[in-house]
Amino acid sequence: MLTDTDLQAIWLTVRLAGITTLILFIIGTPIAWWLARTRSWWKGPCGAVVALPLVLPPSVLGFYLLLAMGPNGPVGQLTQSLGLGTLPFTFWGLVVASVFYSLPFMVQPLQNAFEAIGERPLEVAATLRASPLDTFFSVVLPLARPGFVTAGILSFAHTVGEFGVVLMIGGNIPGVTRVASVQIYDHVEAMEYADAHRLSAVMLAFSFAVLLAMYLRRDKPRREA
Amino acid sequence: MKRLSVLFTALLAATGLHAAEVQVAVAANFTEPAKQIAAEFARDTGHLAKLSFGSTGKFYTQVTNGAPFEMLLAADDSTPARLEREGHAVAGSRFTYAVGTLVLWSSKANFVDAGGEVLKSGRFNKLSIANPKTAPYGAAAVETLKKLNLLEAVQAKFVQGENISQTLQFVSTGNADLGFVALSQVFQDGRITGGSAWIVPAEMHDPILQDAVILKRGENNPAAGALQAYLKGDKARAIIRRFGYAIR
Repeated sequence: MLTDTDLQAIWLTVRLAGITTLILFIIGTPIAWWLARTRSWWKGPCGAVVALPLVLPPSVLGFYLLLAMGPNGPVGQLTQSLGLGTLPFTFWGLVVASVFYSLPFMVQPLQNAFEAIGERPLEVAATLRASPLDTFFSVVLPLARPGFVTAGILSFAHTVGEFGVVLMIGGNIPGVTRVASVQIYDHVEAMEYADAHRLSAVMLAFSFAVLLAMYLRRDKPRREA
Repeated sequence: MKRLSVLFTALLAATGLHAAEVQVAVAANFTEPAKQIAAEFARDTGHLAKLSFGSTGKFYTQVTNGAPFEMLLAADDSTPARLEREGHAVAGSRFTYAVGTLVLWSSKANFVDAGGEVLKSGRFNKLSIANPKTAPYGAAAVETLKKLNLLEAVQAKFVQGENISQTLQFVSTGNADLGFVALSQVFQDGRITGGSAWIVPAEMHDPILQDAVILKRGENNPAAGALQAYLKGDKARAIIRRFGYAIR
């Protein structure tokens, strides 16, 4: 049914989304924690920067990333001086772009979850002489678990749905940067509508299943309550 | 004052009678010449050509799904023929408006030699080409590399642009050292505008015939017919040649 190149594109997409989500857990959690707890004036500007990819056209992000990561851009100069070459047209270039692109989908659900916990459980933990780190792992993490699940699912799904940024910095290399959405675009451009249909159907089914799982999960606690 | 406004109204009515608009889908490689031709066309005929730029394959899909384009200046000859065969274009309105020239280009001076030897040296990070499956300039690039017996050697360094504009963008931003693009993109008034280039000899690949066709929506639009005639005229041909295309 699906061709080898289609399967290759799907596997690449899954790998990209998986690694991106993992990295986002690591850098998104402290950002969300800080945003949820801080009273600093910087909360507003930082929250706005995190949310930017929600409203920015992917072409803007792709354009800036292409220039910044290129051989004459600041990021490109840095990666070159580290002996890593330049990032555009590489898998890791896509990972960097996806981390930016999906950042709000990780940070915002986490921030909501952290804010919902409130001060009280943290104060109780402190009176029991739990260290801040201990509090985070034994109190905050369990309480915010639904937030982590939502954030993970949304980040993964949003990265799977990425197209414009990948098109602008990917260079459409099979097995390296040709993800499923670009593969579909290719099929359409080449007038291979049957192939485009098959892969599109897979994407549609996946996206629906992810959202369905999330909405079913979200309804559950209410029924229990 | 009153007389003046009457005069203006009369003038407006006079131009309004003849001026029409035509929506034109233009292959990305023809962007610059199309803009210049549209400006001259407006000056000489009063008609307005509204231009959209993109890849020919995308335009095909859009046209067959009801896009409001009235004329297509394609990057190939097969898409206009197919549109005509499938009843989306006006029969008999097809003609070759330009013959494309392929060029190996780098944004760096003295990087590409006049014989394209740099390809054999392998001293470049990436080679940007348009998607050979969909873009005629990409297909011509692959054909050229095959003829040079270099396809297998350089294939690993390919990065693909979605259309010829993006292919050029990868090179002009310095992300790829080299790229096969359309001469029209880096050429003006008989000279390469910057960087270094090898103009690929025409015998290295099948000719890149770029055909235009009037689409069904433009069948009764006088501006579409006028633009078709204008493209065949001396003024437009001079502009087309200036960008490095040949004329048939």
